[in-house]
Amino acid sequence: MPYITVEEHLPGITGLLEYRKDSAQPIRDLTQILLRGPSTLTTGERELIATIVSHGNECRFCTAAHTAAADLLLGECETTEKIKKDISSALISEKMKALLTIASQVQKSGKAVTNESIEKAKAAGATDIEIHDTVLIAALFCLYNRYVDGLSTVAPGDPNFYKGLAERIAVGYQRSPNGYDHLKKK
Amino acid sequence: MAHINLPEGLPGIRGPMAYRPETAKPLNELAEILLRSENSLTRGERELIATYVSSLNDCFFCQNAHGGIAQHYMECDMSFIDGIKKDYESASISEKLKALLSIAGSVQKGGKNVTKDQIAKAKNLGATDLEIHDTVLIAAAFCMYNRYVDGLATWAPQDRELYVKRGKQRAEEGYIHFDLYK
Repeated sequence: MPYITVEEHLPGITGLLEYRKDSAQPIRDLTQILLRGPSTLTTGERELIATIVSHGNECRFCTAAHTAAADLLLGECETTEKIKKDISSALISEKMKALLTIASQVQKSGKAVTNESIEKAKAAGATDIEIHDTVLIAALFCLYNRYVDGLSTVAPGDPNFYKGLAERIAVGYQRSPNGYDHLKKK
Repeated sequence: MAHINLPEGLPGIRGPMAYRPETAKPLNELAEILLRSENSLTRGERELIATYVSSLNDCFFCQNAHGGIAQHYMECDMSFIDGIKKDYESASISEKLKALLSIAGSVQKGGKNVTKDQIAKAKNLGATDLEIHDTVLIAAAFCMYNRYVDGLATWAPQDRELYVKRGKQRAEEGYIHFDLYK
């Protein structure tokens, strides 16, 4: 049971974003820019950053949602499985491994980011803006994960729920123009 | 030295905000809504939540910047703010605010650390759903801002009095309409 009264048909973050729409707007805008805006990182790569941070924070809802989004955008499910266990075991570029390492450090604390991990990312070809965005995406998911779990929202157990959610967020993070009443069970 | 090449001379979050204005805009809008817009929690109380979480995250820039703003709103001295960071239970603030700070402290550790008992206590002391929501979101937002500031290794002035002067200015100007370079 969530700690505050949110609409029952909207589990996880959606109920919270509908609970207070004015604070939701800049959170949605920031997410849209960082995860879907123009970038030299693909949308799938950016979802991997969201996934590894949510996994590190043990946020079930966000981990399942962004795993499903990354799987959809990457067209395979192996990478998300592998990065959660061991970043180096995943079949991704050295640059992505270095950026995911930085994201994992941000998840622990801003101060946990080492010069060594930054140097490694730069040596693998990461640009300043890619490093900037990696740090800010990781920091943003430290917000989301705490928001979702700090208010004890519901995380559905059905994997199909997250597949449906992934299809929505693959398109973008802005509020559905007509709200979410269509998600109510008939 | 910062981990990436940021505009020179801008302390703390101002460097990365000037570096990427597109993301600075929603970051500032969120701060404005959570910390300054109409609310049953005072601006001072909300800045205290921000300050407390930033101190738990050991973010020097944020805890002093928001501590300075809180000090301005609460018309207190620095030792009062420091006392809250160190031991809010023995500070002369309302029991409700203490209960909310306890929730904020749990959010800082991780969302799952917030307990039913903490929420029940806050509600018994008169905290509304919206106040609990805002406390959790302010605490979560500062877990983001603190990581942004320290994860990029930005620099921060060490003279704490500077932040007190800045606090008055930020309280007056707000988070949206200000010049990052001034």
